[in-house]
Amino acid sequence: MKIKNNALSLDALDYKILEALQADARQTYTDIGRRLGIAHSTVYDRIRRLEKYGVIKQYTALVDTENIGEKSITAIMAIYTDPKESEKVAKTLSSFQQILEVYMSLSEELQVIAKVIAKDQEALHSFIANSVAPLPGVLRIRTAIITKKFKEAMFSVASRTVK
Amino acid sequence: MKEEANQKILKTFPREKAFYFFTSIGNYTGESAASLKEFMEKIKEVNVKSLEFHLQRGDFEKWINEVLEDKKLAEDIAKLQKANLTGDSLRNQLYTLVWRRYQQLTNIL
Repeated sequence: MKIKNNALSLDALDYKILEALQADARQTYTDIGRRLGIAHSTVYDRIRRLEKYGVIKQYTALVDTENIGEKSITAIMAIYTDPKESEKVAKTLSSFQQILEVYMSLSEELQVIAKVIAKDQEALHSFIANSVAPLPGVLRIRTAIITKKFKEAMFSVASRTVK
Repeated sequence: MKEEANQKILKTFPREKAFYFFTSIGNYTGESAASLKEFMEKIKEVNVKSLEFHLQRGDFEKWINEVLEDKKLAEDIAKLQKANLTGDSLRNQLYTLVWRRYQQLTNIL
């Protein structure tokens, strides 16, 4: 990893380490070093730098709510907003625990797109009616309840070479 | 005392207490009403699917009861729910019901 004009430049070894961590973040430096044919101290140094410069943001656990008997529904909301208020709408949405992801999209109309989780349809409706629709600048909302999930993944460094 | 209660029914409420019209779960039409007068006007304009959706769920009755605190109108709307009306006949009946109540309240004051 090199730093030039405040921009990070990762080398092939950095990517391999990131790929290994994305596959299993709990493996030891020795395991990664053995797999990549390098010393564990090198793995340690590289990971520390990747953390320091914010390339690795956090280590987390993916929880499958179905396996702990937690019933919930997920929906995607497209919130059409007044352009003057869209930033505020997005920031307010981001502060809600029920909202998992928030994006802004510039299509024909300015939209804030948000992924929301709720106990059931009634809880989802009540959250949108009481907390989202009343926000200043919200013009209308289209909500799609997700009925089946085919894939859910984070960005993988292994996919960066896929054309 | 009664006049005070009627005035409360007719007042304009803050945005967070307004009625928000949806056509189905999570699908907000962009229309809202923060007073009985505005509610009456929106009945004429809003997508009829929204009227069907809220009437069937008892949302109108709940809002009128809890926010406007008009028990009489809430009861009348609950009766309308049992009539299983749809489309324009629902819109017309609902509008007439709210219009009558609005006239009654404004004439009393």
